[in-house]
Amino acid sequence: MSTPKATPEAAPTWPDVRGRFGAYGGRYVPETLVTPLEELEHAYAEAQADAGFHRELDFLLRTFAGRPTPLQFAERLTAHLGGPQIYLKREDLLHTGSHKINNCLGQGLLAARMGKRRVIAETGAGQHGVATATVAARFGLECVVYMGTADMERQRLNVYRMRLLGAEVVGVESGSRTLKDAINEAMRDWVTNVRTTHYLLGSVLGAHPYPQMVRDFHKVIGAEARAQILADSGRLPDLLVACVGGGSNAIGLFHAFLEDAGVKMLGVEAGGSGHKLGEHAARLAASTGFAGARPGVLQGTYTYVLQTDDGQISTTHSISAGLDYPAVGPEHALLAEQKRAEYTAVSDDAALDAAHTLARLEGIIPALESAHGLAEVIARAPKMRRDEIVILNLSGRGDKDMDILARLL
Amino acid sequence: MPMNSNAASLTSGNLATSAASDSGAAPVARSTRITRRFEELRRTGQMGLVAFITAGDPTLAATESLVLALAEAGADVVELGVPFSDPVADGPAIQRSSERALRAGTTLAGVLGVVERVRQQSEVPLVLFSYYNPVLQMGLERFADRAATAGADGVLITDLTPEESADYRRIVTARGLDTIFLAAPTSPDERLARIAGCSSGFLYLISRTGVTGTKKSLPEDLPGLVRRVRRMTSLPIAVGFGISEPGHVSLLGGLADAAVVGSALVEEIARSTSVAAAQVAVAARVRALKQAGVQGMSRRESHP
Repeated sequence: MSTPKATPEAAPTWPDVRGRFGAYGGRYVPETLVTPLEELEHAYAEAQADAGFHRELDFLLRTFAGRPTPLQFAERLTAHLGGPQIYLKREDLLHTGSHKINNCLGQGLLAARMGKRRVIAETGAGQHGVATATVAARFGLECVVYMGTADMERQRLNVYRMRLLGAEVVGVESGSRTLKDAINEAMRDWVTNVRTTHYLLGSVLGAHPYPQMVRDFHKVIGAEARAQILADSGRLPDLLVACVGGGSNAIGLFHAFLEDAGVKMLGVEAGGSGHKLGEHAARLAASTGFAGARPGVLQGTYTYVLQTDDGQISTTHSISAGLDYPAVGPEHALLAEQKRAEYTAVSDDAALDAAHTLARLEGIIPALESAHGLAEVIARAPKMRRDEIVILNLSGRGDKDMDILARLL
Repeated sequence: MPMNSNAASLTSGNLATSAASDSGAAPVARSTRITRRFEELRRTGQMGLVAFITAGDPTLAATESLVLALAEAGADVVELGVPFSDPVADGPAIQRSSERALRAGTTLAGVLGVVERVRQQSEVPLVLFSYYNPVLQMGLERFADRAATAGADGVLITDLTPEESADYRRIVTARGLDTIFLAAPTSPDERLARIAGCSSGFLYLISRTGVTGTKKSLPEDLPGLVRRVRRMTSLPIAVGFGISEPGHVSLLGGLADAAVVGSALVEEIARSTSVAAAQVAVAARVRALKQAGVQGMSRRESHP
């Protein structure tokens, strides 16, 4: 049985007209939201076909966000590990501190085109909330951000940043008081204020067209990285690595390489504190022993979801608020099924150690989300050849995590 | 054919409608407990009252006695809410009620048990009201079989639209269950037609953009919305979201076929210190609303 596993001819055409990535995705929402989602889909298709929209977005990405971001050869980390050549895609250098600004500028422009004067968002780590608040301030839009109160405690610096930027931050007390509950509350706001409000969803999650639209706004990450590695080393990388919460930074890096059959892709989920349901946020890494993930419907989309036998959504745990979520973007579910990308998970402790290592060796304090990807690179490096090339998406910086990182000192 | 057990005879009723639908072209207007109740309401010139409670809040045993109290007090249809961990279409009252039900260990299988026990004691039309994931995890075939066998009459899935529902409709309809879909103020006419085409029993019209929960007043544009939906379908129209007072029901008189009350009942149950007190409280609320409905509909007859 040596048939090739990847199906690169199919991958770039997803989603289909129904918003499906293979069996995954779709649009599972209360009726009130269907027509607004169709309007968004049409507005997005029009914007995509409009050269003026792309010009304006490119201009903002360059002059406001700080694109292109460098692809940095991590010289001391590479030497320390004695394995493959490790490159870091420096999304952490973007304005607001993570890749999230790519999508927020795109959707912010789209909201303005649609005549919506109010944007709402959910946030876990606060990075998407800060990026949304920033774009709202830049465009003069009213902004409300929903955030679980557990996340407000562990990422309080980002709460201050959002408020300083003029956003209203609404604490969400329900459920596990984390990202999932923030999305529920944002959806309730949207269903109520749908005529005046754009829901600026922050990951490749939710109902069609969000997984497609958010992916498209992040594809620039992989497009830049591909050109940069070709210019720098004259060849394509062997492995791409990115952390996966909803999966926006990972899909953004992966997409430009999907047809490059020789480029392996690795998504790293939150292994949390253990393998039992409730102790982790590993949805696609189930084969490595994490319990509870099955296909199901959560928050508008059909994908792998951590849940009980009765179909109740499970609580999750991760030291990283941005990965602490029970479902994964539907396109990742398809990439996993096609075996085009591999998914694994690393523990809280491994991510903390990795953050420490990068700070000491490269002078970069990574976000705890990105540190999960790094931890897996550190684990695999000894088994890889020295002439292999790895690109790690360093999706965010760790300033927001100082309270947690300080416990290591 | 001697049928001594209530449960057995009800099962045979469902099988009969299922056979009829298999042989006929879709959509077939079948006779179900729901359609028969709405026909009776039309004949007698009354507006119907649909009562929603969350199953398992505070316990499944309490739900059984509360459903019987609702039916006794005059509810024409009872919707049993299947609690879900992430009820995105619900306001605080039903969110908390769902949390209480889940903490008490409620599962979809348990809710179907309540349906079965109620059906042995009452002919009140029962609709299962759920988010999609619990139904999907039970399996559509297994869910439809068990719901029909237990004696449920219809199913409404909050986050399932006509576009995503082909398998669901085929499987659920084949068991003789009505499929009720939501229509919303944001639904344009062509969607309303599609929603009506997928619905049987009645159509559930959401009164406002928003989540479930009691409100002081109904939206001003509601009469226009109901008339717009009326032009698209001959199905009975039940209007829900934000209805708690007799005055709300009166306003719907001459417009809608039924009013849905949910959060107000759930709040009465939450406030009650015993199941007996909750039974009294929800029955009183249902009687008051039903009375307004009877008067409201007769006004339509005098002013056609």
